[in-house]
Amino acid sequence: MASMRDIKRRKTSISSTQQITKAMKLVSTVKLQKARNRAEETNPYFNYMYQTVCSMLAKAGQVNHPYLMERESTKKAVIVITSNRGLAGGYNSNVVKLITGSDLPVEDVEVYAIGHKGIEGLQRRGYEIKADYSEVVESPVYEDAQRICKEVLDAYVAGEIGEIYLAYTHFKNTVSHEPKLLKLLPVQVDQESVESANSDILMNFEPNEEEALELIIPKYITSLVYGALVEAVASENGARMQAMDSATSNAEEMISDLSLKYNRARQSSITQELTEIIAGAEAIS
Amino acid sequence: MADNFFTVEIITPDRIFYHGQASMIEFNTVEGEIGVLKDHIPLTTVLAPGVVTITEEEGPKKAVVHTGFAEILGEKVTLLAEIAEWPDEIDVERAKRAEERAKERLSHREQGIDVARAELALKKALARQDVLV
Repeated sequence: MASMRDIKRRKTSISSTQQITKAMKLVSTVKLQKARNRAEETNPYFNYMYQTVCSMLAKAGQVNHPYLMERESTKKAVIVITSNRGLAGGYNSNVVKLITGSDLPVEDVEVYAIGHKGIEGLQRRGYEIKADYSEVVESPVYEDAQRICKEVLDAYVAGEIGEIYLAYTHFKNTVSHEPKLLKLLPVQVDQESVESANSDILMNFEPNEEEALELIIPKYITSLVYGALVEAVASENGARMQAMDSATSNAEEMISDLSLKYNRARQSSITQELTEIIAGAEAIS
Repeated sequence: MADNFFTVEIITPDRIFYHGQASMIEFNTVEGEIGVLKDHIPLTTVLAPGVVTITEEEGPKKAVVHTGFAEILGEKVTLLAEIAEWPDEIDVERAKRAEERAKERLSHREQGIDVARAELALKKALARQDVLV
């Protein structure tokens, strides 16, 4: 059995770790609430944008626009949203796994990374990191999404890349987050929502359809990226909260286990001392 | 409520900026100014930075919107704007500084400046000041 001093030292160390995990849990709970509110506020804009783009595409299906057509370049840009810091359970590795597990060939992928952890994970697996916007993760604003999208879209229009993907963690609710890989360009909307979009109304466009698409599609992409950023932040804090919660309860368990061991060790050492004293007294008398 | 009212919504990425009933809404598009009454033909148009005037039952209400687009259906007008501000949210001094900066950039036309961006910044700055007049 380990000595009393060893057990005591171990116990102190675990309880100070527990204090840290507890504090981190509290911090991420607060952050999660904020992030969740923001994600909810973004939703109407994003939903409306999606509906509008669907109904536009339903009516403008035949428009020959670069945003809608297949491109020759086999390069694929992937915007990867992860966190800057770890200790969030499987949050970051799930996003990385999503990309390595997808059918995108490693040599064709150019990563536009948001978040240090994603960069580390993907670099180690041999992906090319084209750009790094990690500083925006802490508090994403709409201008950040605009800036990122502009660079990616410029590369797309210039023909350097043929497809654009977005990898992020979808925030379902506080306890469940799901990594997602979305194809942004060429625009793909599922047929059902196109059909359900009120196609009986004859929509007019001003300026004409092509120009309107030209202006609206970048906004649509930006809104998607912004929505993803906000959701990813909420998911990150949710994941961290869960991870820290289980770390705290694990520490609790270990401490109670060690307390038991410590008390046993203490008792046996007292018993031993007593026996020694009694034996000594008997020897003298 | 009178019959000639319709629903107006202005949505930005951060919030639902405005939701209410109006008899008329006027705003700037890339093609020029437009005024919308009830039962307008369905139209999707792209916004230009400018003042939007919503005529409610109690009177007109002004705000400024920059870049986005509008979807007009007979009973409902939705403005999806990237930025929208009420007059009391605008920092006049900042708008003036932005105006000067943009003008200077445009007048010098040095290499490597983004003319389209400077023009947009100028339009935004002017629209912000317009709404306060």
